[in-house]
Amino acid sequence: MLEARGITKRFGGLVAVRQADLTANPGEIVALIGPNGAGKTTCFAMLSGFLKPDEGSVHFAGADITGLKPHAICARGMVRTFQIVKPFAHLSVRENIAVGAHARIADRAAALDQAASIAGRVGMSHMLDQQASALTVAGRKRLELARALATEPKLLLLDEVMAGLNASEISGIVEHIKAIRDGGVTIVLIEHVMQAVMSLSDRAYVLNNGAVIATGTPNEIATDPAVIEAYLGHGAAARLATGGVHA
Amino acid sequence: MYDPSIIAASIINGLMTGAIYSLVALGLTLIYGVLHIINFAHGSLLMLCMYGVWFLYAQAGIDPYLALPLVAAGAFCLGYGLQRSVIGKTSHGRDEIILLVTLGVSIIIENIALFAFTANERVVQVPYDIDGIDLGITFLVVPQIAAFVASLAITAALWLFIARTYTGKAIRAVAKERQGARLVGVNVDHIFAVSFGIGTACLGAAACLLAPTFPISPQIGYIFVLIAFTVVVLGGMGSFVGALIGGFIIGVTESLGGLFFGESLGKLGISLIFILILLFRPTGLFGQRM
Amino acid sequence: MKKNSTFWLFFAVLVVAALAAPLAIASTFWIDFLTLTLFLAVLGQGWNILGGYGGQFSFGHAVFFGTGAYLQVILQAKLGFNPWAAIPFAILGGIVIGAFTGFLSFRYGLRGSYFALITLAFAEAFRVLATSADAITDGGQGIYITLNQDPTKALATLQFGAGNGYYYCAVIITVISLLIAFWIENSRFGAQLVAIREDEDAAEAIGVNAFKVKMQAICLSGAITAFGGVFYAQKFLFMDPNIAYGPVKSVEMLVMPIIGGMGTIFGPLVGSFFLHTLGEVSKHAAHELVGDRPGLDLIVYGIALVLILALLPNGLVGLIRRLFRREVSRA
Repeated sequence: MLEARGITKRFGGLVAVRQADLTANPGEIVALIGPNGAGKTTCFAMLSGFLKPDEGSVHFAGADITGLKPHAICARGMVRTFQIVKPFAHLSVRENIAVGAHARIADRAAALDQAASIAGRVGMSHMLDQQASALTVAGRKRLELARALATEPKLLLLDEVMAGLNASEISGIVEHIKAIRDGGVTIVLIEHVMQAVMSLSDRAYVLNNGAVIATGTPNEIATDPAVIEAYLGHGAAARLATGGVHA
Repeated sequence: MYDPSIIAASIINGLMTGAIYSLVALGLTLIYGVLHIINFAHGSLLMLCMYGVWFLYAQAGIDPYLALPLVAAGAFCLGYGLQRSVIGKTSHGRDEIILLVTLGVSIIIENIALFAFTANERVVQVPYDIDGIDLGITFLVVPQIAAFVASLAITAALWLFIARTYTGKAIRAVAKERQGARLVGVNVDHIFAVSFGIGTACLGAAACLLAPTFPISPQIGYIFVLIAFTVVVLGGMGSFVGALIGGFIIGVTESLGGLFFGESLGKLGISLIFILILLFRPTGLFGQRM
Repeated sequence: MKKNSTFWLFFAVLVVAALAAPLAIASTFWIDFLTLTLFLAVLGQGWNILGGYGGQFSFGHAVFFGTGAYLQVILQAKLGFNPWAAIPFAILGGIVIGAFTGFLSFRYGLRGSYFALITLAFAEAFRVLATSADAITDGGQGIYITLNQDPTKALATLQFGAGNGYYYCAVIITVISLLIAFWIENSRFGAQLVAIREDEDAAEAIGVNAFKVKMQAICLSGAITAFGGVFYAQKFLFMDPNIAYGPVKSVEMLVMPIIGGMGTIFGPLVGSFFLHTLGEVSKHAAHELVGDRPGLDLIVYGIALVLILALLPNGLVGLIRRLFRREVSRA
């Protein structure tokens, strides 16, 4: 469904993402993990059209979408959320979500109705008329998700939708994400909350210093020496294998 | 078609005017570099300073060049107060609101001048305004030479001040990283106002240098605001060197444009440079990034 | 929809009041006052569409006003057009200039202060061009529409002399501009435009073609503002480069909606009424003290602008809404 081949992005002398290959199959939940600054968000920006890859190509639903604008990619069914949430602060929750619904629906009243029903799917029905600027962090994260969902995507790119949430809020949003997948939407997510990654994702990619260093099921990843070294430092894998108990 | 000596004369005249443009733009670029705001009131503050020069000249008979320290000091206080009590207080920290507030301030200043001094042009006549030196191809009068030399001297002095003094260091720190500067104990609000004050003081100095050659009217600020923005955008927002070189380029462009295309159409050059630079190189010649 | 019924109520009251006003007001001074208030509200609405709803602050909206006004005058004076036939071309001129300036600014991604500066430069460039193009505009001395002396031809020549004709024209264009703003608040286009104002990246991400929507907005804004220019040309039968493209009109156009309330239907109208009343009152007060001197009304505008920005970021309409809500919740 989604296939990125050898995408590379440079900022001046810094190579933010180097020759990354990523795929997501229909119905999958794929996680993109890695230390801070590994290039995960840059990857998302290239997949969703906010940055044009310097090299490589992005294919989605059988077509080459490299270099298309974000709105055109959204029209084809792939939509991203932002790590730093971007609510339309002066609009109500209903109006926020309706902007997403307008991607498919021209009529204003129909888009507002659709917004109300989407809000129900992420547990925001009771906040429809609140101003977005009055929402809590958890509320804003949900709104970000709802707006993306309102565009009726085939594939969702979720950038840290759980960061800053408490345990009960996380389990709430995990349930919503599962429900969205069960509704037929493929999901790629960037996440630091490992408990969520382990319980949600079918496969995971690990990025470090801009390159994909490992891929596999969450369990394979968790025991991969290269991954452990990336997170804990050089030699950590060997120390863990011999005397990890004392660490 | 044109005699080379006429063109050379036109370029020399352009450089003379350009030095003052540099000085005006220096104030604007300093304010932008430190506060990251586009000060729309810059032109009208210059106009106000020019009326200050005229007032001292007409009421007390003070020579505009002797008035320079006085006007610059007054302008500093005005700028300091304006930033501290109006612009800093009303902006809510939003760029577009700051832009509109400075626009509002410029409307107020301009119309106070119109109300107080009417639209009639005021002239500051110095006794030595036709003395000067003959370069052979052109004749430079004292006000031109004084403006050129003084502009360069003030620019150099300001550069030294920013590079060498503690306040200068604090200004640079705030310009680079205001939160960090606050954390190490710099009074950021004070530095903002000082920078705004210095930027306005540059205008005070420029006003003294301009007064002997430019008739003063309430609309003159609007002419200079466009020129100053063009210089700053051309040189690169926040760049000292850019303001200096940009001023010379615009001065020469204006002078040559007038020579080749006539007084009226020649002015188009400035707007066109402005538009083209904004479109194709918004960082300007020496700017870092947008 | 409660919000919409409130609009229609206000709208109906306003239209009835506006049409009845000449019956109650005999003074030509006050009719003229109302005419200019409505006319500036229309220009303000033109700015409001791009600046208030779209968040793209133009400092050079005179470029649209001046083009509309100049075309209206030139087509009649130089090419012998009937004024009615000139109107579509004048409006089209506003659209073309909108498309031209918008394409350059938005293609190259100019936002915020940079957009404000480039619009200013466009207006200035047009002012210089209009001054220099003697053959077309008669240069700096300005250009006139031939005065119609025959009262029976008032409607055909769109020249109403001292009667109430101009007032009714102003009412009509105000009504049109209000209906356009109402449509914006209830359409996909408007929702997308507001989303761009709030956060352009977020809007792009969820399917808003920001470039296209901004282009549509600047063209619509240009059309309405040029339409205002047509009215000005017919009322004063004269145009020169400073009136057309000078900074005064640009400033007036943005001050009205900011004072009244940016991104609201009635903001420009409320702002225009408020400022003109204030301007007249202060002018009369000053007249008693110092006689006739220009500048005072704009000093008042400037002070009002700074105060509103500082104290009422949602303008007068925001204040009225807040008071109204408090009343409702108390009752």
